[in-house]
Amino acid sequence: MINLAQTYFIEVMTIILYCLLIFVPLLLGVVMALYADRKIWAAVQKRRGPNVVGPYGLFQVPADGLKFIFKEIILPDGSDKTVFLIAPIITLALSIAAWAVVPVQAGVVLANINVGILYIFAISSLGVYGILMAGWSSNSKYPFFGALRSAAQMVSYEVSIGFVIITVLLCVGSLNLTEIVMAQKTMWFFIPLFPMFIVFFISALAETNRPPFDLPEAESELVAGYQTEYSGMPFVLFMFGEYINILLMCAMTTILFLGGWLPPIDIYPINAVPGFVWFLLKVTFVFYLFAMVKAFVPRYRYDQLMRLGWKVFLPLSLFAVVATSSILFFFNLAPGM
Amino acid sequence: MTAQLLTFYLFSGVILISSLMVISTKNPVHSVLFLILSFLNAAGLFVILHAEFLAMILIIVYVGAVAVLFLFVVMMLDFKTSINKDNILQYIPIGILIGVVFIAELIIVLINTKFDLSNIQVLPNPLSDFTGKSNTEAIGSVLYTDYILYFQLSGVILLVAMIGSIVLTLREREGVKRQVVSEQLQRQGKINLVDVKSGKGVDI
Repeated sequence: MINLAQTYFIEVMTIILYCLLIFVPLLLGVVMALYADRKIWAAVQKRRGPNVVGPYGLFQVPADGLKFIFKEIILPDGSDKTVFLIAPIITLALSIAAWAVVPVQAGVVLANINVGILYIFAISSLGVYGILMAGWSSNSKYPFFGALRSAAQMVSYEVSIGFVIITVLLCVGSLNLTEIVMAQKTMWFFIPLFPMFIVFFISALAETNRPPFDLPEAESELVAGYQTEYSGMPFVLFMFGEYINILLMCAMTTILFLGGWLPPIDIYPINAVPGFVWFLLKVTFVFYLFAMVKAFVPRYRYDQLMRLGWKVFLPLSLFAVVATSSILFFFNLAPGM
Repeated sequence: MTAQLLTFYLFSGVILISSLMVISTKNPVHSVLFLILSFLNAAGLFVILHAEFLAMILIIVYVGAVAVLFLFVVMMLDFKTSINKDNILQYIPIGILIGVVFIAELIIVLINTKFDLSNIQVLPNPLSDFTGKSNTEAIGSVLYTDYILYFQLSGVILLVAMIGSIVLTLREREGVKRQVVSEQLQRQGKINLVDVKSGKGVDI
């Protein structure tokens, strides 16, 4: 037993250190994303946004977080208390777990596994459980409806996301995220697969419950959806989980279509910039698009949302899979052939 | 090796405990949640076996899609009235029957092979060499060549099941107004955009 501890102690400690190296920048990223989200939203509506706490209101989000930490955690009397408290923890843990395979630069990744993209797909498909458990265990009508809507929405849009990922994989010939990026050396995939890029972007909005698809938390209909009964720390966990998922979807868009850490042009002064800077810039750009969509697109009606998912995106992405594989086959472009 | 053994015991222990909880908890939603936990740990076992593709597919298909629908249905139940402690014993005979069948199958297999697993020759043609290929590649190269018939057959069965369930549940209601988006978009002449001059208004 002592021998075992000696053998694995250093290994486990390095893994924990790597996890912290992912977790801390991610939390900073979420804080900045929340701030940027509110600022962009305010700018579109000709407001100032947060500008009181700290220079330019930069400390508004930490201040909000501190306020939530000191708030009382209210457990509704009729709720299933164990499930009620596990739900936000699951949401946050899953959203962070997905980042383990995201490469921010060539070779800079915690787990460079063969089935990286499937791992992210699997983890993000588990994310629906946090929401379902929260909605059910609250034992209240609004959270329950929010959870049902959210589950139906996420399951529907996962289908088209899956097909979009398959079209990208057909062009790469590998499920490894690093190889997906390296395959875009000559051309970023958003150029040949532009329609799929749009489908993926819109499906990512729906998958992360962002406006215009934020029906699970539509404040005009369902108060706050599945989060209605939450307060204090559990609410913060949901909030963070949601924003980490949004950042993950931005990173996925970057890796699948915008060439990950690759510089836009492969000439000297530009390709001397380290890769993670390009990665961060691209993720920020996609997040800016997310924030702009939130600012100026009105919320969808629920039946329109379902129609878009099943009757527009599913046939379109299915056709794209067939078309892409046919083109790759007939012009002998398929990798590994 | 020891770490692998420890993770194996961890995963299989959680599987056993959570499977027991599936059938022993009173609350059906808790049962489904424990079922999901055991699925996840089964995926963990696949990862230990270096079958990472199967592990991910197990999570995506069973946990991400099938169990969500389970949970959906169970959450709709009004379980507080449906729990009846008296009739738990009535399922014991059929449970024993199923258990006996499974044990008999195990015994038959073990006796036939005389505990020598190298004697088993089930595959009609031995698998080709997979060295240097990733999991996904190996499964794909067998599934779409040697086993294409079974693959297509299972696809057709799933398609039939899907169409069947749609036919069984489809109900045409009369007198319901439906929104046809293409008609709305094709509508011409009824909508026109007007540039309104300030202070003058517009004639409608």
